Amino acid sequence: MLLIPCPYCGDRPEIEFRGGGEAHIARPSDPQTIDDQAWAEFLFYRTNPKGLMAERWNHAHGCQRWFNALRDTVSDRILESYKMGEKPIGGGRA
Amino acid sequence: MAGRNRLPKGGRVDRSKPVSIVFNGRTLAGFAGDTVASLLIAHDIHFVGRSFKYHRPRGFLSHGSDEPNALLSVDRGPGKIDPNNRATVAEARDGLVTHSQNHWPSLEFDIGAINDVLSPVFVAGFYYKTFMWPRRFWDSVYEPKIRAAAGLGRAPDAPDADRYANRHAHCDVLVVGAGPAGLAAALAGSETGKRVFLADEQAEMGGTLLHDLTSAIDGKPAQAWVAEALAELRSRGNVTLLPRSTAFGYYNHNHIALAERLTDHLDNAPAHLPRERLWQVRAGEVVLATGAHERPLVFADNDRPGILLAESVRVFVNRYAVAPGRKVVFVTNGASAYAAALDAAAAGIDVTLVDVRPEGDCGPELAALRAKGATVLTGHTVLAAAGTRRVTGLAVAPLSPAGKIGTRKTLAADCVGMSGGWTPSVHLFSQSRGKLRFDPALDAFVPDQAVQAQRSAGAANGRYDLGEILSEGFAAGSAAAGGDASRAFTATPTPTGFSPVRVLPTDADPARVKAFIDFQNDVTAKDIHLAVREGFESVEHVKRYTTTGMATDQGKSSNMNALGLVAGILEKPLPAVGTTTFRPPYTPVTFGTLIGPSRGPLFDPARKTPVHGWAEEQGARFEDVGLWKRAWYFPRGDEDLHEAVARECAAVRQHVGIFDATTLGKIEIVGPDAAEFMNRIYVNGWLKLEPGRCRYGLMLKEDGYILDDGVVARLAVDRFHVTTTTGGAPRVLAHMEDYLQTEWPELNVFLTSTTEQFAVIAVQGPKARELIAPLVTGIDLANDAFPHMAVRTGFICGVPTRLFRVSFTGELGFEINVPADYGRAVWEAIFARGGAFGLTPYGTETMHVLRAERGFVIIGQETDGTVTPDDLGLGGMIARAKPDFVGKRSLARPDLEAPGRKQLVGILTDDPTLVLDEGAQIVADRDQPIPIHALGHVTSSYWSPACDRSIALALVEGGRERIGSEIFVTTPSSFTKATVTAPAFFDAAGERVHA
Ligand SMILES: [Zn+2]
Repeated sequence: MLLIPCPYCGDRPEIEFRGGGEAHIARPSDPQTIDDQAWAEFLFYRTNPKGLMAERWNHAHGCQRWFNALRDTVSDRILESYKMGEKPIGGGRA
Repeated sequence: MAGRNRLPKGGRVDRSKPVSIVFNGRTLAGFAGDTVASLLIAHDIHFVGRSFKYHRPRGFLSHGSDEPNALLSVDRGPGKIDPNNRATVAEARDGLVTHSQNHWPSLEFDIGAINDVLSPVFVAGFYYKTFMWPRRFWDSVYEPKIRAAAGLGRAPDAPDADRYANRHAHCDVLVVGAGPAGLAAALAGSETGKRVFLADEQAEMGGTLLHDLTSAIDGKPAQAWVAEALAELRSRGNVTLLPRSTAFGYYNHNHIALAERLTDHLDNAPAHLPRERLWQVRAGEVVLATGAHERPLVFADNDRPGILLAESVRVFVNRYAVAPGRKVVFVTNGASAYAAALDAAAAGIDVTLVDVRPEGDCGPELAALRAKGATVLTGHTVLAAAGTRRVTGLAVAPLSPAGKIGTRKTLAADCVGMSGGWTPSVHLFSQSRGKLRFDPALDAFVPDQAVQAQRSAGAANGRYDLGEILSEGFAAGSAAAGGDASRAFTATPTPTGFSPVRVLPTDADPARVKAFIDFQNDVTAKDIHLAVREGFESVEHVKRYTTTGMATDQGKSSNMNALGLVAGILEKPLPAVGTTTFRPPYTPVTFGTLIGPSRGPLFDPARKTPVHGWAEEQGARFEDVGLWKRAWYFPRGDEDLHEAVARECAAVRQHVGIFDATTLGKIEIVGPDAAEFMNRIYVNGWLKLEPGRCRYGLMLKEDGYILDDGVVARLAVDRFHVTTTTGGAPRVLAHMEDYLQTEWPELNVFLTSTTEQFAVIAVQGPKARELIAPLVTGIDLANDAFPHMAVRTGFICGVPTRLFRVSFTGELGFEINVPADYGRAVWEAIFARGGAFGLTPYGTETMHVLRAERGFVIIGQETDGTVTPDDLGLGGMIARAKPDFVGKRSLARPDLEAPGRKQLVGILTDDPTLVLDEGAQIVADRDQPIPIHALGHVTSSYWSPACDRSIALALVEGGRERIGSEIFVTTPSSFTKATVTAPAFFDAAGERVHA
């Protein structure tokens, strides 16, 4: 079970969270103006990287806040987490 | 009688505490500190079970948790029969009742032993090859027969009468294994005050030092050093010692699961104590000091009872003071077995040693053993073991450097101690996803790159010399605690090193002998040869095809022999063949331990409404909806479901019914931007909805498919009372929070779950207004003052209420929201008035029928995550003028606009008495060739009292264009003819709600 660092509550076990998939996929500001292909890419296309990945988490059974975390999909190590609207510092957590 | 093989002195058993156990009906004496295995060996019993496939007689192979053969059923009373206990692990305690397994009618006379004679039939991949055809035989013949014959032991047939506990714990350093490396690590790790857990699977801590009579550490006998180390650790408040605790699973982020055995070893276990405890430990750092496993040697009939691992012979002699035999032949390819032979000789046992290595390759251990007068044959191979139920001798022959086998001779023996070298126990390391590295000097895989915060030490790390083990353990413990302390230990040098040999050279036809690689799954060298010959070259494939390493012992003793053999046949270096994946659990874990207290009523939480107790008193039957318990129907007398529902439906249509709608999800949406937020979340428009009015709302996922629905009331300009489906509430709130927090953080809105705050009492039927009117104050209930789809706040029975005039039945109706604590009181007050009005409580089944008669959909029943508003005929609700809402863009995706989508329709069967199965498939023509194209399926189907016939809702391709046409619907035996209709069967114009 992962130990996930909620930026608001601290380290908490994975069962308190709900995963939200890849992070930093901005919803188009005017969806009606983009074509089917671009919309499909927003909806369905994900990078599914082997290695470092920024992903969304919701502390569903806790503070209910959404945040992002950088996780290595090979080792499952979580390098850092950060609030919505923030950027990862990229250095990793101690 | 303590048993004729009990040695007169020595051992760690407590001779002042005699115990007796029962094995297959025989009562046998031993001492506290014995395992079941050592106690049986004291009585010269080795034949304790039959093997899995061939039903061959089997005895003990090892002395510990890697034991593949000696699996016994332990009977501790009703509900406490536990199969597959390793006799080498189970502690002997007074009155313990054990049975051998896998034989019929008895251990000695077993019908299944015929398999051993028929074994040419049971080759590798036997199941895959034999049970392929005829296809129809699979269900009727093969599977039941295989299931009856397969399996080790018998599953208990009574509920487990024991109690199990679980505990979550945190520590700075978890040390797994309390042998020399683990003890040193725990000593070093706890010096600085860090919290240290030391867990060991055995009853007694000390590991290999518990049977080491000859080594000294820092000038003290090894066992004295262990006692001092444990005393020191016990004296430190920051150390927790966990004996009898097996670390069986190493999961992400240093989450380690341990099974602690609490009472099985007690003579009279207090009834209130749990049997086992599951520990879920989150450790800052982990030190794996899990030791190593000895490998068997592979020769013909190497599985005969009395043939043990060499080090296990040493353990039985030194630790348990029992002689596994009086005439022991050791067979080895390395140095460690010499220590075992020396100790056996010192205990007065007749010892001969056969070494596969040529004389020149042996170390100083050779001279040491010969000096004691023992016969040592170097450069010899073993051709076969003699004896069936007990080994009686070994056929050996000299082996020339060129591999030529000389003249055979037979060595008499009643016990054989074999050693094929050592394999570090890397199971937990591998589970933690650490990368292994092949070390040719050790002929083994050793830990290389750790992925988690952990380190391996001692034999688990490929370190076999006692002094090095201690130093490495100490350094690892210190480093794990954030220090850099080191300590040099002075210890007696350990004889180490071996020359790998996969199968002992023989002059016999290898196709005719059984030389076992995997004892528990009965896999022989011949099977591995056959698998490779048939093209299985990947180790993972060989493993599955032959089942080697797949038994409950996880191949602890067999893995390296199997890998080495595959590599040898393929003429590849061993690392090129690779190793298999180690998976949890390290040793079998009782289901009860994993489940803990989550059984029976505690299996899942139960959510109950404030009216639950009342419904129970009325004799309601309940159904589970998510975690909620909902009243399903209220039978009177001996009514069945259908009779009760028919009566309840009629009461609502003709008089008035009362229904507990508390479970509906409720979310309060408040703030200056509440209406804008609603506008973006729902397909409907909200800006123009006046306070005091309600609207049926529909929300989509971003992909355009329906997520949830529900009535929404606007209580004030900046306040909405949203309802969701019973099961959808958490999903909807999370969906809303997601958009609010991540896409529209600029909106000033607050979302609060209020599901539990309100009890909701639905009063539905033509007499609903009359019934509640005298109880309501502060609200004008007149039809024009309080129309359908309106909401008012006021009081009922003096309790504040949000009173909705809404209907999910098609009748005049109200949903009365009151604070949950008042729910039952208000309910009972309404009910008390109901007699004169024919008030009838109804459950979810009647609610379903009533809404289906009107054609109202249920999200999750009529929808499945691929249904759009237009598919349900609800396209008109979409506020198309809105620039955007979640899912709007997707509704214009080509597939969602394509003709021929499945649409909601009604289905009326030609036979009005036939109620279709929900999920039944719909086809245009029952006679079209197979595969028949399915047009869709039935989503809801009921007997309708109002229509006096069956009705159904369905999703059908191009459904609205098919209205009036005939279709066929599957029945359990065939098809039935039906007509497509509009999805409403009663009061299609919807006039009754305005009464
Ligand atoms: Zn949180």
